[in-house]
Amino acid sequence: MDWNLDDGRPIWTQLAEQLTRLIVSGEYPPGSRLPAVRELAEDAGVNPNTMQRALAQLEADGLAASNRTAGRMVTEDRVVIDTRRRDLAKKHIAEYLTAMAQLGYSAAEAAELLREGEK
Amino acid sequence: MNELAVNHTPLIRCCDLSKSFGAKQALDRVELEIGRGRIVGLLGPNGSGKTTLIKLMCGLLQPSAGFLMIDGHEPGVYTKSVTSYLPDRMYFADWMCSRDLVDLFADFYRDFDRKKATEMCSTLGIGPRDRIKSMSKGTKEKLQLALAMSRAAQLYLLDEPIAGVDPAARDFILSTILTNYNENGTVLISTHLISDVERTLDEAVFLKQGHVVRHEAVDELREREGKSVDALFREIFRAQPMEGGEW
Repeated sequence: MDWNLDDGRPIWTQLAEQLTRLIVSGEYPPGSRLPAVRELAEDAGVNPNTMQRALAQLEADGLAASNRTAGRMVTEDRVVIDTRRRDLAKKHIAEYLTAMAQLGYSAAEAAELLREGEK
Repeated sequence: MNELAVNHTPLIRCCDLSKSFGAKQALDRVELEIGRGRIVGLLGPNGSGKTTLIKLMCGLLQPSAGFLMIDGHEPGVYTKSVTSYLPDRMYFADWMCSRDLVDLFADFYRDFDRKKATEMCSTLGIGPRDRIKSMSKGTKEKLQLALAMSRAAQLYLLDEPIAGVDPAARDFILSTILTNYNENGTVLISTHLISDVERTLDEAVFLKQGHVVRHEAVDELREREGKSVDALFREIFRAQPMEGGEW
């Protein structure tokens, strides 16, 4: 996959965000096994320790769990995944509304334009 | 990761380490500790002392003052057996072919993995009968790196491993380093091409005129400064006229 890493922000947080997106979008389905740290690190061209830290964050967020024998799995708890997905969606909506407000649109107008744009 | 197996003495310890060449102070009272299982960037502009520090670590130079320990030992026979060094220039006879070099390394180093070396060479497109004389600069560097990374060393000292190659080959070399270093080993990479190595590093050591001016985890540095290591480097080393050289 394409790992987009920008300057000026810690690499591990960016990796954690991108992995989160892969989980909430279903690319890594609930209960599926995540690739090994080394594999992911190689794919992203980053240090394995950095990838490890990103994965630890996913575990802290409850999106993944380590299993001693089977490796690291995506949680089967769809509520956790859906809540996270909804939070991210809210964040994007807020960003959209802010950008539209800067153009002088009210929230209602912005919603209307969005609906039109979808057609 | 694997806390049980970890040896807690630092792999590299420099105390008050100085080196001068005549009146020129190449390193000035360097204090530095580096742990295991890390990829560390030794960053600094030309003439900041990177190569001198690496040469002290592999025992090619003797300190003028202070001392330096690798895995608890002063540089010598033991430390050379656990250190894999990639010099900043080619040191092989140019009539040799790649297979000769693989044989040479297999004779010299107990921890050399011939299979790994030949696999890496074939991935890099280097044939066993290719002569060094007829290789391009980039191919020579790739071959040297393949040999250095095929040892199961504790410390890899890579002096400017990506300086002479094109950007695509740089990515290839970096991923070779990432996938081939021994997990309990530390890799020290000296370079001034920071944006290329930044995402592969755990820690950055900034050298400026023979002094260590920063030594920090890369992600902490990015978090606190809100900029990339490359940007910080440019800020710290913003071209300033060097002292001396009076004509």
